[in-house]
Amino acid sequence: MSSHTPYITKDVIKQHGLSEEEYQQIITHLGREPNLTELGVFSVMWSEHCSYKSSRIHLKRLPTEGEYVVQGPGENAGAVDIGDGLAAVFKIESHNHPSFIEPFQGAATGVGGILRDIFTMGARPIALLDSLRFGELDSPQNQHLLKGVVSGISWYGNCIGVPTVGGEITFNDIYSKNPLVNVFCLGIVEKDRLLRGLAEGVGNTVLYIGAKTGRDGIHGATMASDSFDDSSETKRPNVQVGDPFLEKLLLEVCLEFLENDLLVGIQDMGAAGLTSSSCEMASRSGTGIELDVANIPCREPNMTPYEILLSESQERMLLVAKPGKQEDVMAICRKWGIDAAIVGQVTDDGMVRVKEHETIVAEIPANALAEEGPRYERPVAPPQYQDMLQSLMVDNLQDVHDPTAALLALLESPTIASKRWVYRQYDHMVGTNTIVCPGSDAAVVRIKGTQKALAMTTDGNSRYCLLNPYMGGTLAVAESVRNLACTGATPIGVTDCLNFGNPERPDIMWQFVMAVEGIADACRAFDIPVVSGNVSFYNETKGLSIYPTPVLGMVGLIDPISQVLTQGFKRVGDQIVLLGETKEDLGGTEYLKLLHYREQGSPPWLNIETEKSLFTCMQTLTRKHLLQSAHDCSEGGLAVTLAECCLGTPNHDRTLFGAHLDLSQNGLRLDALLFGETPSRIVISVKPDDVTQVLQEAEACEVPAMVIGYVQQDQFSMRVHDTSSKQTCQIHVPVQSLFDRWDQSLASRLESP
Amino acid sequence: MNIGVIVFPGSNCDRDCAHVVSDICGRQTSLIWHQETSLATIDAVILPGGFSYGDYLRSGAIARCSPIIEVIIQFAQNGGLVLGICNGFQILLEIGLLPGAMLRNQDLHFICEDVYVKVENASTPFTNRCESGQVLKLPIAHAEGNYYTDPVTLSALQANAQIVFRYCDKDGYPTQTTNPNGSLDNIAGIQNAAGNVLGLMPHPERCAEALLGSEDGQKIFLSLINSLTTDSSSIAQHPIAHETS
Repeated sequence: MSSHTPYITKDVIKQHGLSEEEYQQIITHLGREPNLTELGVFSVMWSEHCSYKSSRIHLKRLPTEGEYVVQGPGENAGAVDIGDGLAAVFKIESHNHPSFIEPFQGAATGVGGILRDIFTMGARPIALLDSLRFGELDSPQNQHLLKGVVSGISWYGNCIGVPTVGGEITFNDIYSKNPLVNVFCLGIVEKDRLLRGLAEGVGNTVLYIGAKTGRDGIHGATMASDSFDDSSETKRPNVQVGDPFLEKLLLEVCLEFLENDLLVGIQDMGAAGLTSSSCEMASRSGTGIELDVANIPCREPNMTPYEILLSESQERMLLVAKPGKQEDVMAICRKWGIDAAIVGQVTDDGMVRVKEHETIVAEIPANALAEEGPRYERPVAPPQYQDMLQSLMVDNLQDVHDPTAALLALLESPTIASKRWVYRQYDHMVGTNTIVCPGSDAAVVRIKGTQKALAMTTDGNSRYCLLNPYMGGTLAVAESVRNLACTGATPIGVTDCLNFGNPERPDIMWQFVMAVEGIADACRAFDIPVVSGNVSFYNETKGLSIYPTPVLGMVGLIDPISQVLTQGFKRVGDQIVLLGETKEDLGGTEYLKLLHYREQGSPPWLNIETEKSLFTCMQTLTRKHLLQSAHDCSEGGLAVTLAECCLGTPNHDRTLFGAHLDLSQNGLRLDALLFGETPSRIVISVKPDDVTQVLQEAEACEVPAMVIGYVQQDQFSMRVHDTSSKQTCQIHVPVQSLFDRWDQSLASRLESP
Repeated sequence: MNIGVIVFPGSNCDRDCAHVVSDICGRQTSLIWHQETSLATIDAVILPGGFSYGDYLRSGAIARCSPIIEVIIQFAQNGGLVLGICNGFQILLEIGLLPGAMLRNQDLHFICEDVYVKVENASTPFTNRCESGQVLKLPIAHAEGNYYTDPVTLSALQANAQIVFRYCDKDGYPTQTTNPNGSLDNIAGIQNAAGNVLGLMPHPERCAEALLGSEDGQKIFLSLINSLTTDSSSIAQHPIAHETS
């Protein structure tokens, strides 16, 4: 075979994104020089995107085990037991690089990819969430990216009929050249019927189903493992093109396979296409796979083995049928009009062997591509600017002098403003399970046939992570837990999407390591297993990295469903209670960014024990049905949280309420009281008769709790007194005007001619 | 009684409709694959929402060529009750069981939100459990719901009380601002002249349980069931049935 090998020059190696050292490792694995096809295969499988070579040793810190974990990391997605014989299967994944180059298709295929990860496990997807980051909307380019991404998600998700029930969008100019598109999907499967990406049973048939293989997306994974420069536009052909209709058929086909018990294993052809699916299936099972590329359905004639193996055409699956079942597999594919072909078989020699008719075109040990790829412990060092970032002389900042104006400005800042313009374009109701719609702390979907519901949230504050990556990581976990608690849920598992800059830079690697440590420690403290995840490095353009942006997708169980809580006030006369204590936490706040143009300081300090007490308290109050509403205090602080409670729950009946609030300044700066972002705080509303009991329960949990006002009609009125009972601030605004500013903000920025 | 829900490749509200009919209303339902050629055991047909054939070419345009369509047309001509929801409505327009066509929504966006519709005609087989003039809150979820037809057809629809639902405000007034997609005369749903085929853009199956925020949609399904149970002779006595027999 080596006699046919084209000469691999240093340039060819470099073009494939491999280092000289990695090339030597390839030679060691093969015992010879690779041919060009093999080099291409190694280059994608050893890319950062597929191999996790910079992150893997650090990811080991994350707790992945737990009583209810059915499937941890390493499969297409993670799975957690939710009782009633069911498991929730979920994962979050990034599609950042493609979405910058071609926002519509980039985002759409991001949705397609994560959906396949879920239904290859045999689970029917029932919810999608998107965590998005863009530059500020005053730039036409950023508007274009947002509109493209939103239409891409809408196009794909709506067509396939999986509701997009929630997510988050944050704006900061650091994302102008590197927007982030992270997509979370959750599905439900009978626990005992979970499918895995296995290629077991020597001699079993390997089948290819779905879309034909084309020349699109070749080296997509390699692109996603590189930074951007001025020529990024030329990478548009590397972006795949999606077909949601075909994916819908593929979804139904896969679930029919499951129903009829036809498969040994199945895997999506995502990044690195046929290459990654075959070697990962073989590597997991300790077997080998032999494929004949001549049998792969191709969209174009004369595709080379190199192109076929590296194509990232969407909506394709590789599967291993049970003995004697391949005809049944083919019949189901015919019914749905899906292409299917027998392309190979399972072998026992641990090799991925690719033939073109009788000629062997590539022959690589499966382990070398999957488990035994390179691992790096890259150098780590805090950035030199870190001290400067964290230093913030709060005393030099003027305290807020017009709190009403500040509140309105925060409410209409795109990060805090209503995202209705976005989620209105997503079908968030198909499936008839959506109980709490987008725009809440967390989305809630019921599980048909049970008395349960699942709550889901995506969270991550990158500014906190920039200022203190460890604290940012723990705060992201804490906020997710709090968001779930505000819907009446108990967390059962988490999936993480770690978006960072160039890992070859020690300062970026430091951010990564610290953030992972923070997430790991907080997850361990709350006993929440990390069951799946994704790392996206190289979110950098011309040397400028994004802020470190770990995004968590956390899932919680609500049992029974009658415990579901929502954030909006419910009834005039209900008492408003603040759980938790407000401290002087102005560092890294939205307020500081918006009104003082500073992204500086130490982020709010999280005390995990305090957060745990708050969670225990919320569970007690929920179980005893003592709560009318609950809303987490986060971006924008207490004043914004209270305003949001007045703006109702984005469900079928959005009813606006007023509030009458009396706050005591307690020696704090006024801006810290109103807009500081101290964690471990939740605003609840309670029936007047229940107030005493609620305060007692809080005290029993050692959670500070204080009645701060009551729900009224129409007017948002807030008075603040200092320790000598002198009034220091008054806000008095009709709730309707708060609503209008908050509700119309995105539309006015995006629909103006 | 057996209510058939047709499944085209790309239908995605088929199981939602079946859930309402069987689990909420307690009636038998069958999912019918689009390549079937018989509706022999079926008492009423629901064409569900979704993206049949990915809405490629034009919403409903390819579904029109499915084998089951001929049978549905026959079924309707014999007076059988046919309910088309969203994509199902678009298919009914494509196959000519209802007049008119759908344009893209006026703002060119897909829109998913709750809207108010006024029941303009409560004496149809699909609305007999509603009051005339009643306002229902139903969700819409579509990109092409901007109903259009020629002036002559529109006049006929108006004259024959074939406009069954109009987008309106909370109090029942059909205004321009309460029309989400720009449809002609605020049309949200129409029936054929014989009154046995209804198409509507809103999704009643998505609001048939208190848990989901509203039970208004249940009324449509209960009306349909009511028509099949209380007056089984209505089908046979239907004027169209006489014409075709």
